[in-house]
Amino acid sequence: MPVDVEARVIANTRLSPDYNVIALAAPDIAASTAPGQFVMVKLGRGFTPLLRRPFSVFEVLRTNGHVDGLTLLSKRVGVTTSMLFDAVEGDVVSCLGPLGRPFELLDPPAEAWMVAGGVGLAPFATLTEALRGRGTTVTLFYGARSGRELFYLDWFQARGVRMVLATEDGSVGDHGRVTVPLERALRVAGRPQKAAGDLPPSSEASAERRGDPPERIARPTLAGRGAQRPDLGGGGQPSGSSITIYACGPEPMLEAVAHLAARYGRPSQVSVERVMGCGLGGCYSCVIPVREGRDGWRYVRSCIGGPVFAGADIVWD
Amino acid sequence: MPDLSVQIGSLKLANPVIAASGCFGYGVEYGEVVDLSLLGGVAVKGLFLAERQGHPPERIVETPAGMLNAIGLQGIGVHRFIKEKLPELRERRATVIVNICGSTLDEYVELARILSDADGVAALELNISCPNIKEGGITFGCSLNGTFDVVSAVRKVTRLPVIPKLTPNVTDVASFARASEEAGADAVSLVNTFLAMAIDVETRRPRLSNIVGGLSGPAIRPIAVRMVYECRRAVQIPVIGMGGIASTGDALEFLIAGASAVQVGTANFVDPFICTKLLDGIRQYLERHGVSRVSDLTGTLDTSAREKQWISS
Repeated sequence: MPVDVEARVIANTRLSPDYNVIALAAPDIAASTAPGQFVMVKLGRGFTPLLRRPFSVFEVLRTNGHVDGLTLLSKRVGVTTSMLFDAVEGDVVSCLGPLGRPFELLDPPAEAWMVAGGVGLAPFATLTEALRGRGTTVTLFYGARSGRELFYLDWFQARGVRMVLATEDGSVGDHGRVTVPLERALRVAGRPQKAAGDLPPSSEASAERRGDPPERIARPTLAGRGAQRPDLGGGGQPSGSSITIYACGPEPMLEAVAHLAARYGRPSQVSVERVMGCGLGGCYSCVIPVREGRDGWRYVRSCIGGPVFAGADIVWD
Repeated sequence: MPDLSVQIGSLKLANPVIAASGCFGYGVEYGEVVDLSLLGGVAVKGLFLAERQGHPPERIVETPAGMLNAIGLQGIGVHRFIKEKLPELRERRATVIVNICGSTLDEYVELARILSDADGVAALELNISCPNIKEGGITFGCSLNGTFDVVSAVRKVTRLPVIPKLTPNVTDVASFARASEEAGADAVSLVNTFLAMAIDVETRRPRLSNIVGGLSGPAIRPIAVRMVYECRRAVQIPVIGMGGIASTGDALEFLIAGASAVQVGTANFVDPFICTKLLDGIRQYLERHGVSRVSDLTGTLDTSAREKQWISS
C-alpha cells in the first residue's frame, strides 16, 4: 500500500551537468519497493510545479542491513527535475509510493538482459539485486549520448553484472544506439528451442521505418571504463533457451527492443514512461494502447496497469 | 463537535466534501489508500452507456497553477460499472454520485433508468459540460433549452437526486442554474473546466492531442467562486461548488460564497488524502468561529463592511 512521506534529502550527488542521484529518507517506501516500481515526487509548497512527477526507485539504501532510504536517478529536463538537481541536504521532498506493477522475476531465468537508455538505468539497480539473489546471470546493455553520461558502471560491475555499452558519439562501447549490441547478442544467442509466441511479421520493417541506425562495425570497448564485452563474438557458448529481456528508456528504444525480442523469440518486459498526473489511476492521462483479444486494443493506465508491460502486449504503431 | 452534514435535495451527505468526477477514477482506485466512507461523496468518472477509448495521449499538460486535460471520457460504460465497480463501492460504504453523459437526450434518460435500479447509487450528476467531446454533453450545457430538456427528461424517470454539472463556458452561468431549477433539478454543481489550449512554440504543435482541453486547478478558483456566488443568488436549490480547491481556505471560500457542499478535483492528483484533510480543516474552522453546523456557513458572505468602507473613503 502506498504511503505519502515528507522525505528529507540525505544527500544529492551531481553526476554531470544534467544528471544527479538524490537520496531521500523514506525508509517505509524503500522497504516495500519491488524492482520497477516508482514514486510520485513533489517539491515545494506552491503551485509550480502543481503536479507530482514519477521516478523509478533507483537504489534502496541500507546501513547494516537496515533500510534507511532510497535514491532517485534524475536527469534535468523540467521544473521538478531542476529542483531535484538543486536540492540540498535537509530539504524536504514529498514522496508517494511505492506505486505500479513491478518487473516479473521469472523463475528462474538463466539469464537476464537489462537494456537501459539514458536515465532509463534507474530501475535496474534494484532489479540487479533481486535477480542476483536468485542466482540469475545479469547483463546490462547500457546506452547514452556519450561516455560522460554512462553512470554507476562500477556499481553494476561490483555486483557481477556483465556490461555492454553503447554511445551515440562512439566515445565508449558501440557507436550508436544500445540496440546495436543487443541485436548482435540476440543473433549470437540464436532462437530458443521453443519460440516464445508468434513473431510479428512487420517487426523488421517497422524498425527500419523508425530509422534505427544501421549496425556498424563494433569498436573495441574502452578498457579505461572497465567494461568488458560478454562472449558475444561467436567464441562463447550460445546462451540457453531462457533469456529474459528487461528494458527501460525512451519509448522508441523500448519499441525497438520489443521488436528485436519478438524477432529472436525472447520474452521482454518494458518499463514505459508516459505523462502521468496522479500515479494512482485517478486521472487517466498516462494511458498506453495494449493488445486485447485477437485484433483489439484498449488504453491501459500505465500507473496501475504498468509501468512494466510485456513488450509484446503494447501496440507500438 | 460541529454538525458537518449537508442536505442536497432528498440526499443527506455526512459532510460537504466530495471527490469530483474525472479526478478520482471510479473511486475503487483509491479504496486501499483512502477510507471512502469518510468522504461526503464520491462522484465517479463520467459514464456513457457504452465503453469509450477516449483521446490519444497527450491527454494532460501542466499550466501555471493548473492543468489542461483532454481525456475524452475514456470509460467502461454503465453496465460494466454496475457489475465491476459498484459492489466494491457499496462494500466500502461510499456515497456514490454517478456522473452520466450522453450523446443524445435518450442516452441520458436510459442511463438514469438503469442507474435508478442499481443498488448503491446516491445521486445522478448530469455531465452537460465536458468540453472535450464533440457530441452531446456540452451541447446541452451551452443551451438553456437543452439544459432544461435534459434535466426535465431525466427528472421524469428517476427518484434519485438530479444534479446537473454546469459549464463555465457560457456568458451567464446563473441563467443555466435557473433553467436547471425550473426543470426540477435537486441541486446544481459547478464549475466544470474552462476550455483552453497550450502550444509548444518550438514545434508549433498543440500540447494536447485534442488541441483544446479543459483548464482546472488553483488558476480557475477565483472565477469559480464568483460563478458559485452568482448561482447562489439566482436559485433556491443547493449549489455544489468546485474549481481549484486545494486547501481548507479554498473550500471555505466556496461555502461562504453560497455552496452547500464542495467538490475537490485536481488536488486529488497532488494529494490523494486531500479530502479528509479539508474535512479536518473545516471542522477546526467551525469550532474556532463557534458555528455549530456547516450548513449555517453557506452563503454567509458579509458585504456590509466593504460597503461602509466605500462610503467612508
